[in-house]
Amino acid sequence: MLKPADPLVQLTGAGVKRAGRWLVRGVDLAVRPGEIVTMIGPNGSGKSTTAKMALGVLAADEGRAERRAGLRVGYVPQKLAIDWTLPLSVERLMSLTARVSATEAARALAATGVSHLARAEVRTLSGGEFQRAMLARAIARKPELLVLDEPVQGVDFTGEIALYDLIKRIRDEIGCGVLLISHDLHVVMAATDRVICFNGHVCCQGSPVAVTESDEYKRLFGVRAASSVAVYAHHHDHDHLADGRVRHADGTITDHCHPGDGHHHDHHHGHDQDDQDHHVGKPGPGEGAARQGDGLGRSGATDA
Amino acid sequence: MLDDFFTRALLAGLGTAAVAGPLGCFIVWRRLAYFGDTLSHAALLGVALAFLFEINITLAVFAISATVSVALLMLQRHASLSSDALLGLLAHSSLALGLVVLSSMTWLRIDLMGFLFGDILAVSRLDVAVVWIGGLGVLGVLAIIWRPLFAGTVNSELAQAEGMNPERANLVFMLLMATVIAISMKIVGVLLITAMLIIPAAAARRFAAGPEQMAVIAALIGMVAVAGGLAASLEWDTQSGPSIVVAALALFLISLSPLAGWLMRARTGAEETETGGRA
Repeated sequence: MLKPADPLVQLTGAGVKRAGRWLVRGVDLAVRPGEIVTMIGPNGSGKSTTAKMALGVLAADEGRAERRAGLRVGYVPQKLAIDWTLPLSVERLMSLTARVSATEAARALAATGVSHLARAEVRTLSGGEFQRAMLARAIARKPELLVLDEPVQGVDFTGEIALYDLIKRIRDEIGCGVLLISHDLHVVMAATDRVICFNGHVCCQGSPVAVTESDEYKRLFGVRAASSVAVYAHHHDHDHLADGRVRHADGTITDHCHPGDGHHHDHHHGHDQDDQDHHVGKPGPGEGAARQGDGLGRSGATDA
Repeated sequence: MLDDFFTRALLAGLGTAAVAGPLGCFIVWRRLAYFGDTLSHAALLGVALAFLFEINITLAVFAISATVSVALLMLQRHASLSSDALLGLLAHSSLALGLVVLSSMTWLRIDLMGFLFGDILAVSRLDVAVVWIGGLGVLGVLAIIWRPLFAGTVNSELAQAEGMNPERANLVFMLLMATVIAISMKIVGVLLITAMLIIPAAAARRFAAGPEQMAVIAALIGMVAVAGGLAASLEWDTQSGPSIVVAALALFLISLSPLAGWLMRARTGAEETETGGRA
């Protein structure tokens, strides 16, 4: 158990093994109050497994997964498999895991902009409406840690930006730590403090790069939208072999890839001002650099 | 009043229906119909063992159902065997095993039909007491585990992530199922218990706006089915267990008819005017 001064949740060299195969291993991750951490990576790269370790739904088979004692968690899963025989309105969904007062529920629904759907059946909601209803449910609990599993899946691009804005606003208002999973390798929230890139292990982590200068995004989605979106240019300099080992650019093969193991030379992050914050595995001096590095995105967001 | 066999049957039936409705909702929501079938078929093995070792039938049935449900819970968690094949295997092999053991005891003269299809008209005062005390116990425990059980039904990982223990709730729910099977076996018989769990719940779906409401409506529909089925069996001299199930089926069909739709509309319409008035 972690003490109050520690992160909300911390994984140290954590991994999960199923049927003799490592789903993910060697994960170092920490989420502090008020911090947004985004996990990106292709399908099956271990993002969800890592999130479940952080939540305590899956036990770590190696390493450690620690949460603060009595940590209040709000979890937004990708989807709910609700049988048609189950009558579940958004209103009832609000008090799924704990009793929530009617005023709290109404306030949370208003905050996510779905007050008008309070009496709607959860099964009939669209992708964006569902995510907003689930977010409302999670924030009505006043969580210290908010975990979101691909919140923008099935949401169109404008909806995606609005959702990211909403998540940032929630973080600003209740000061919770946010752990976000994204299937999109290229687009992450500008307000993200740290991006962790997965591919069966933690490939690299660091600050996202704002795209306010990217003409493409400005043209497509407008200046306002571009301030919400950042590209994290990730140059993969190593290959993942079928057996889980890693072949590096210099031809050597290792069991994992680690920052600073001498195999990485070409991780290039577009506009990153401080190249030292690559591979910030543990919280430390790199932390400050990570926040600095994403100054563009943050200032863009505060303009709003 | 309890001297009358019909009154006793009615009381026992109403008590069973009141418990089967809410529990049946979870069976329907979680798609556990086949699971319930397996447990109730295993109950006959419990009956056979009760005669073999000369112990209380209700107790033996509970013990066997509980064992089978816990075993299934374990198997589901660990084995990769397809769930419906496993359930089918267990359901019918335990039924067959029970029948074989019962028929091998040649000295025994029992009414097998009574166990297969129930013998509600033969319930004693003790049976009525067992149904009501056991039933109230089941409902009480269900009320306690309702929130984690329901949260786990909607999404088990979500419930666990937010500090609940859905696995424990599942286990308790299985034991409640075993209890209901043990106390309702006399009423409708091992072959029809699942019907008492599922049909009222399914019939309640169209009238319910929320899960709690659906549980209450399912219990009420089950009670109407019991009263109707018993009255019909008295009137036309049909077997009472199956008559109750047929009555439940009739209520389910009514719930699908336009009449029910009209009732629903009338009610939601009234609710809307009510909220409109407040706003």
